Amino acid sequence: MTEYSDRFLIGSQREQVSRFRARVLLLVPLAAILFWVYVPRFFEFLGYLELPLLVTIYFALMRRSQIAGLFIGACIGLAQDSLFSKQPIGMYGIVKTLVGYFAASVGLRIDVEHAAIRFLLTYFFYFFHQLMYWVLVRGLLGRPDSFEIQRTLVLGVLNAVVGVTLFHFLDKLRAPA
Amino acid sequence: METLLNRYRNITVLLLVIFAQLVLVAMQVRNAQDVRLVRVWAVTAITPLARVLETGRSAVAGFFQNYVTMHDAREGNRRLQAEVDKLKMENQFLKSEVSMADRAKALVAFQARTPSKTIAARVIAAGAGANANVVFVDRGSGSGVERGMAVVTPDGIVGEVLASYPTASEVLLITDPEFAAGVISQKHRVVGTLKGQNQEMCRVDYVPSEEKLDVGEWFYTSGEDRIFPKGFPVGVVRVVRKSSPYQEILVQPSGFQRGLEAVLIVLSGVHQAIPEAQAGTGPVYLGTPPPPPPGQAPQPAGASPETDADKLVQKYREIGAAENHTYGEGTPGSKPPDFNIKLPPAGAPPPAAGAKQTGPATPAAPPAHPQQPHDQ
Repeated sequence: MTEYSDRFLIGSQREQVSRFRARVLLLVPLAAILFWVYVPRFFEFLGYLELPLLVTIYFALMRRSQIAGLFIGACIGLAQDSLFSKQPIGMYGIVKTLVGYFAASVGLRIDVEHAAIRFLLTYFFYFFHQLMYWVLVRGLLGRPDSFEIQRTLVLGVLNAVVGVTLFHFLDKLRAPA
Repeated sequence: METLLNRYRNITVLLLVIFAQLVLVAMQVRNAQDVRLVRVWAVTAITPLARVLETGRSAVAGFFQNYVTMHDAREGNRRLQAEVDKLKMENQFLKSEVSMADRAKALVAFQARTPSKTIAARVIAAGAGANANVVFVDRGSGSGVERGMAVVTPDGIVGEVLASYPTASEVLLITDPEFAAGVISQKHRVVGTLKGQNQEMCRVDYVPSEEKLDVGEWFYTSGEDRIFPKGFPVGVVRVVRKSSPYQEILVQPSGFQRGLEAVLIVLSGVHQAIPEAQAGTGPVYLGTPPPPPPGQAPQPAGASPETDADKLVQKYREIGAAENHTYGEGTPGSKPPDFNIKLPPAGAPPPAAGAKQTGPATPAAPPAHPQQPHDQ
């Protein structure tokens, strides 16, 4: 992409920036985190759902601001770390900061309203999230965890499906222009 | 700058947030050695920088330290050089002292050897003037020194007392033109008058041209001047030039060859004989004797008596052998061997057993202690 086309594309996408009320920005991530923490205790299979990640991707895509996206990711990730006491605070924060930044960068350039694009982006960022998390665990914590690619790919599909559905409901919470 | 910050604002914020969270994680995580990760990172990040800084610091400090060391070394070198100079001067002084001690020793030995009555004196000053051939010695009339007395060293004459003061005397050296002394040569007994000429060498005047004199011949005092007793060395002849009516003779004075620091003043002179000139002056090489003719064994040294003493020693040995006496084994008071027995001539058969002896009976007692130590 040339600088002109990049500017044109970004300029046109910025005109489509979605705005959310503050309570939505606060309560939705909180609900997603609580779901991620408590629901798997009762329904173990739901533990594979990364709702905080999906919420991060959604808000970063829809806000179309890299700084906003990275801060949303950092806040959700740090809150996730705080509630998940088995690991140092900052692991999810770092990963979700990157996801929020890159998701916002993507949202600036392409139309993310289409369900298929949302599916692909969610699938990609889920894989990216898991891969970065595994890298950090091995690099920082020195844990010899293995990265299960097939399992990650399958769970990516699952989360992408749930994400597309979730995004559809979250679109309803956008503030009117 | 502002444009640059705006352009990279997003990525900058991302990096800052990531870095902050990395620090947050590192503060909680400990490695296998139970050290916090943030400390490991900090040390790992700081160590190279610290190493670089330390290298630079040590280089700068080393430079200044070397500078200071060099400065100190220079100062030390100067101090050592001064000390070396001081030691050199001390060494020179000690050498001078040793030399003076040697001269004093020679002086004392000469003083004890010479029959003349002398008194030792030390040169304390030299006369003023470029050609002043006078010195002052630390003995004066208080020590019995009088005007006209001879001044000598073990090597030769030096001068005569020109004036005597209570505590010092003025000595006219033999190199002064006013000085004169009667001399005689050692080998040809040539008589002359020694005179100074303000030079290193003196001349001997009034030697007729027909007199024979060799270069290298020694002159001694003749005693005719009534100053120097006869027999003191004067010097060696260096130049002899034939001229009429007198020869031109230059003599190298021998009294100054060890310097002029201590002298002897002859209070009462005794004439001595002029020593005889030696035929040779150095050792002569003698080669090995020729080998004996073929068929003749070399004769050991002392095999045949050459002198009367050798003959007497051989006779005593034969007597000792005839009487079974071993010289040196007798005890004090034991009977000595009989040295009056007559031995048979050489080549005669030994006397038969029971044959009558012409001399006293040979004692059968143990050999007596010999009283004569001819071969001991």
